[in-house]
Amino acid sequence: MSAETPAPTVPTVPAASRKAQVARDLADVPHAPGAPKPDAILVAEDVTRTFGGMTAVDVDHVEVQRGAITALIGPNGAGKTTLFNLLTGFDRPNTGTWSFEGRSLGRVPAGKVARAGMVRTFQLTKALSRMTVIENMRLGATHQPGENLLTALVPPLWRSREAEITAQAEELLARFKLLEKKDDFAGSLSGGQRKLLEMARALMTKPTMVMLDEPMAGVNPALTQSLLGHIQALRDEGTTVLFVEHDMHMVRHISDWVVVMAEGRIVAEGPPETVMQNQAVVDAYLGAHHDTDLGDDSLLTDDVAEQLEAEALVEKEQR
Amino acid sequence: MRRVATTGRSPHRARRNLALAVLTLLLTTSAVLTSSGAATAAAAAQCVTDASTACVGGTIRTAAGEPAVGVKLTVDGPGGSVEAETGADGRWSAAVTTAGDYTVTLDEDTLPEGEQLRDPAGNPRTVVVRLGSSAGALFPLGGGAAGGSGATPDPGASAAPGTNAPSTGASGGVTAQRVLQQGVSGLVFGLLLALASVGLSLIYGTTGLSNFAHGEQVTLGALLAYFGVQVLGQPLIVAGLLAVAVGAASGWAQDAGIWHKLRQRRLGPTQQMIVTIGLSMVLQYAFQYFVGGGPLRIVRENPVPVRIGPLLLNQQSIFSALIALVAIAAVGYFLLGTRTGRATRAVSDNPALAAASGISVERIVRIVWTLGAGLAALGGVLLGLYFNATAWNMGGAILLLMFAAVTLGGLGTAFGALVGSIVIGLVVELSTLVIPSDMRYAGALVILILVLLVRPQGILGRAERIG
Amino acid sequence: MDWTRILTNVAGEIIAPTTAAYALAAIGLNVHFGMTGLLNFGQAGFMLIGAYGFAIASMAGWPVWASVLVAMACAVVFALILGIPTLKLRGDYLSIVTIAAAEIVRLVGRSTSLTWLTGGNAGLAGDSFKGSFQELSPLPDGNFGIGPWEYSNNLSNSWWVRIVGWALVALACLTIWLWMRSPWGRVLKGIREDEDAVRSLGKNVYSYKMQALILGGTFGAVAGIIYALPRAVQPDSMGRPMTFYVWTILLLGGAATVFGPVLGSILLWTTLMLIKTVLRDVVPTTVMRSEQIEMLGWVLVGLTLMLLVIFRPQGILGDRKELAIDVR
Repeated sequence: MSAETPAPTVPTVPAASRKAQVARDLADVPHAPGAPKPDAILVAEDVTRTFGGMTAVDVDHVEVQRGAITALIGPNGAGKTTLFNLLTGFDRPNTGTWSFEGRSLGRVPAGKVARAGMVRTFQLTKALSRMTVIENMRLGATHQPGENLLTALVPPLWRSREAEITAQAEELLARFKLLEKKDDFAGSLSGGQRKLLEMARALMTKPTMVMLDEPMAGVNPALTQSLLGHIQALRDEGTTVLFVEHDMHMVRHISDWVVVMAEGRIVAEGPPETVMQNQAVVDAYLGAHHDTDLGDDSLLTDDVAEQLEAEALVEKEQR
Repeated sequence: MRRVATTGRSPHRARRNLALAVLTLLLTTSAVLTSSGAATAAAAAQCVTDASTACVGGTIRTAAGEPAVGVKLTVDGPGGSVEAETGADGRWSAAVTTAGDYTVTLDEDTLPEGEQLRDPAGNPRTVVVRLGSSAGALFPLGGGAAGGSGATPDPGASAAPGTNAPSTGASGGVTAQRVLQQGVSGLVFGLLLALASVGLSLIYGTTGLSNFAHGEQVTLGALLAYFGVQVLGQPLIVAGLLAVAVGAASGWAQDAGIWHKLRQRRLGPTQQMIVTIGLSMVLQYAFQYFVGGGPLRIVRENPVPVRIGPLLLNQQSIFSALIALVAIAAVGYFLLGTRTGRATRAVSDNPALAAASGISVERIVRIVWTLGAGLAALGGVLLGLYFNATAWNMGGAILLLMFAAVTLGGLGTAFGALVGSIVIGLVVELSTLVIPSDMRYAGALVILILVLLVRPQGILGRAERIG
Repeated sequence: MDWTRILTNVAGEIIAPTTAAYALAAIGLNVHFGMTGLLNFGQAGFMLIGAYGFAIASMAGWPVWASVLVAMACAVVFALILGIPTLKLRGDYLSIVTIAAAEIVRLVGRSTSLTWLTGGNAGLAGDSFKGSFQELSPLPDGNFGIGPWEYSNNLSNSWWVRIVGWALVALACLTIWLWMRSPWGRVLKGIREDEDAVRSLGKNVYSYKMQALILGGTFGAVAGIIYALPRAVQPDSMGRPMTFYVWTILLLGGAATVFGPVLGSILLWTTLMLIKTVLRDVVPTTVMRSEQIEMLGWVLVGLTLMLLVIFRPQGILGDRKELAIDVR
């Protein structure tokens, strides 16, 4: 970690040992798609999702190790976000089952998934712009009796819990360097600060597993280091992290395990140091055209247009 | 919700222009209509006729010519039974919503002391009721020649066959003949409804706007046809073409004057929708301001009945259905066979992608508005003929049927609007076989809600569109 | 021009039962739209069903409190029927379904086949159901006048209706104020902003939306009772236009504010009365007949709605930063 990274507060286990322990746990796992993990928190089986004629996700088997930072990478349109949406209940699969901590979560609505301890963030941040930062945070809290229609009318019944929640929120905001912004509208924050707020808000629910959809996208470089620090701190406190990311440098820097998707399937798995040499991964990235400059009109051939259309469709679906 | 990419402009200028545009548009509409104000029909005091309501009524006076108060009457017929009582001025009226033969029975026990019917054989009596007009039933009181004057029936209310809503008599059981008759009526109504709905659907598809003022485009067409025939004295065809042309022009002007500017201001779709609600109120009451609350008959002649096998139709509805079919086929050809039509479907599918591939989205939207308003005007003319009369709120009254049709077919798909309209037309007419006919619009709306439960994307819509 | 008469008329609108009824209905719509972002275009349906429920129960001889409960129960059932199919779908589906359902209530209510129950299109005359309500009044019989206001104490368009109506408005404002500041109101606000975000935090969004729909609809049903008490239950006077006036009132006063609906209602009805009475005095009937003046009033309401939404969507009391209408 570089010097400007803010030190995460009170890890329960020394950071280095936690990372080392996860590395030891994963040492014997075969570097193959769908490899079983020694202590899987999330196990998915046979998950498919099609849009019209296009198969967006077709995952035979995948497991996520408890307490580890797992990165989900792949070219655009590989189905990463769709898989996220399925696992967190924001989309319905065509087929498939999955379990979280041994509890089946297939086709369970999103709210229940979150209550089970699996909380996500979004690729396009969903900070509630016309609410203040602190209100955003309080919304994340659980067990607030005042969220009941009738109890809400009698403030003494919920004031004490509200005070606890506010304390918890302020502590998290301080850690995420957002405390001085707590009375500002969330809409006035910068893109990177919104990402931080969204992550902090997710932590208000005290999740066992956080799913971050492109946490680095649109964040200015000065903030990425601190974001990375926060993600590692989560792992060091025992929270499982699954995140989608494009930036391979970041992936290599913080993840314990990498799962590679292409065209809806999982094509490779392994530790970050070796997985990028895998032939399937190289093919997946070189075969895709996600970096093609679409400003060039000559590239708008039927193929590209169709691809764009399919992607647009997926995006629309995901909204 | 999709938003169409637009160019930015100084907000102040845009704001002023917008306010001006709204005013200009309203003034133009008023100017067109002012001239027809001369032909205003006054609203009936009690029962008000409209496209789906007819009034039966009259005035009862004692032999001395004083109003007879508190006389009870019963009107019985295909739409059920309605009771009426004369008021302080001796007038009575009853509203019915199904055309046909009605029996009016006067309760002689309720007549004022010492009064009796001049012609006891005339009680009960039968009147022919046509939607959108009034029918008089006269019950003169007293002995010989003296006094009793009844209300003069509406000139158009003389007995005549061939109203579209079948006048095949009292509500008997469900016979094959009635099913057939109602089915054909429903088909005709569905086709006319489709003309009105296609524009609604295309506008939603290309701009994401649910246009609650689309019903007023329909009314506009019918009122213009009325104006052309009854005020300018033109033949129906000329007046109809005029109505469609002016209707289309109003669509063009509306998009140029209001909606284009609102899209430029990046007003959200919900806000735009509420603006259409305000516009619909403005237009409806402006229509009523100029033409009054009564029914307006576009043509005074009664339709010529045509008997095809067991079916009783009239020339008007046959021609209307044919015109509607041709117009819908033309729209189909436009969407499938022409470059602009394909571009329209592309914009409907994905505006951003369409814009990226070089389609001028704003141009397409303008064309859609013009086309949609023109079709709505044509639909209005034909529906005005189908209902035998139009009124200030004709479009408003069928707006929800149009929305039901469009939603059923799948929001934003033009062919869905056609399918949905025909389904709604059939439901409306066939449902009268099992439910009271004044609930038939409600039946169609119940179907709408049920379909949303089972298949929210509509009959032809794609599942992907639901968020 | 007779300014005394004009101002008396205008002042009468300030405390009129109709103004109170519309304020209550707009408070209900505020729970739907202002607090939760639900596009309910069938508020008149809730009002009509409430008025029917109250009137029919009263006519059956039920006491006032039971009749009010019947009205509220009708609104709850109506909200459930509307909400179950639509609250999981995109927002504009709710708008189409609510407007259609309100129309269904009106069409069924005015149907001649239900004349025995609802009075058909003539509706239910006020005298047939307001007896028990008037008997509850503690006021002595007779008339009472203060300033420009002089009304009967207990009969029809009475002080008693006014007192009850405005007391209910005050009570509604108080509860809304409590709810808006509570964690419950915070969840609704979150849903208004982005329901997926709230869902991702483990809240049962569907249940909250349903609670909001039911609560706002119940306010609408009570508003319907207050609206019907001084006159009659007349289905055709409680149709789509009524919903649109409620919307205009809410947006005029300011959505998501506590007093916006009350201010909006008072402002709309007094201004309308002012314009109409002045026009009646000034414009000769050869130029504009009195029913045309009525029409012109409604044209102006429509125009107000359009201009408000375009230029000042936050209304008079709203904070532009806090609320611009933007529901997905």
